Amino acid sequence: MNSETIENTIKIRNLKLWYDDFEALHGIDLDIQKGKVTAFIGPSGCGKSTFLRCLNRMNDRIPACRVEGEILLNGEDIYAPSVDVVQLRSYVGMVFQKPNPFPKSIYENIAYAPRIHGMVKDGPEMDELVETALKRASIWDEVKDKLQQPGTALSGGQQQRLCIARTIAVRPKVILMDEPCSALDPIATAKIEELMDELKEEFTIVIVTHNMQQAARVSDYTAYFYLGDLIEFNDTHTIFTAPANQKTEDYITGRFG
Amino acid sequence: MNEHTFKRYEDELNELKAKVLAMGGLVEKATKRSMNSLIKQDPNRAHKVINRDYAINDLEIEIDEMTRTMLALRQPAASDLRFIMTTIKIVTDLERMGDLAESIATHMLKTQEHPLTQITSLQTLSDLVLDQLTEALNGFAKGDPDIAIKCIESNDKVHDLYRNMQREYLTYMMEDPRQISAGLIAMNIGRNLERIAIHSVNIAQMVVYMVKGKDIRHIDTETAAAMISDDSE
Repeated sequence: MNSETIENTIKIRNLKLWYDDFEALHGIDLDIQKGKVTAFIGPSGCGKSTFLRCLNRMNDRIPACRVEGEILLNGEDIYAPSVDVVQLRSYVGMVFQKPNPFPKSIYENIAYAPRIHGMVKDGPEMDELVETALKRASIWDEVKDKLQQPGTALSGGQQQRLCIARTIAVRPKVILMDEPCSALDPIATAKIEELMDELKEEFTIVIVTHNMQQAARVSDYTAYFYLGDLIEFNDTHTIFTAPANQKTEDYITGRFG
Repeated sequence: MNEHTFKRYEDELNELKAKVLAMGGLVEKATKRSMNSLIKQDPNRAHKVINRDYAINDLEIEIDEMTRTMLALRQPAASDLRFIMTTIKIVTDLERMGDLAESIATHMLKTQEHPLTQITSLQTLSDLVLDQLTEALNGFAKGDPDIAIKCIESNDKVHDLYRNMQREYLTYMMEDPRQISAGLIAMNIGRNLERIAIHSVNIAQMVVYMVKGKDIRHIDTETAAAMISDDSE
């Protein structure tokens, strides 16, 4: 189970999810490949964000939510009772729709998690980690002279890149992005997209987006969800040029019936 | 298929299709008319073809403009993308076919000085070529890959007829050197018809791509037909 080929691959088997007695996901099977960007698309309420949030157990926080089935990360079921959810979320990081930096300095935004995870001590080692994370998120040049200023003082696009830097600071294997650009202007969006392209060499990225062109631009694989079902999953090129399923076709081309 | 939620996009796609079919209709008419001018020895028809080629060219420019705008503004995907791609490609074929019909008409005018004594084989060839063109355009209009495949399959027969026609005129020319000028005109007309057939095949191949999303260019007809049938699972 630990062979090179499946490392970082997420395997989802017959995943069902209920909010009280409403079944929001009807048994999803999907493999997410290492080192690739996988996009989830579909109309509102189709279950794509719910599904994304299962991948690092964000849904645990919702009391009425119940999950069945398996999600295997490196061959281990992330819903197994022995799993430490805090540890899991350091493996599977998340970037949200609205940039949500901590109300702390830019430096502290990055240093906070590595410190509580005991990754490095404060001092030159931490300085280096902060610098590396900010560089990887392509925001270092913009903030290097104001690391002690509050993160919330940055522009929306910068805040989102700061959040990405914060996520990658704990060296996750997988980064989940839930509509990461929907609050950003086109230039800030392009910067995030470029960043995703660079980061995928090191991290497996899963993105939920309402912007189909964004899915087409950034992803290697696309999954189309509709009413809690995974309708079609294929390489992005095929989904956008010749999808196999009529429902995918209708959604991609803007025919909603 | 459902209609687009954005009605204007739907209208634009329909208008684009109508324009391509109008252009196809003009090409069909020009080809038919140029051959009729030859068969009926009517230079008026030939002049009409030559004078009206501009309408085909104008449509090419108009359609190109439309597709460019749609690519930029609508970012078409999936079947819409394939439809627009097909349009872009086949418009070039149609424009070339218009020129070939015009060339037939020009050669016809030369037969006024060098009359063709035998035109049966050219007529047989042009009947088949016109059927093929109709099939290509019907395939596009109906989005029917089976009609398109029929068009592609006729190509071997066109090729045979063209070869026979060449041999026949070569014989006339060898038998009577006074027939050489007329024979060369006939050869050129035959060549133009054969080129038109090739463009019909190009169109038909794009129709298959448009409907099935499979590129069957540079593949033999049998493999192509198999490729189309295996995805009807």
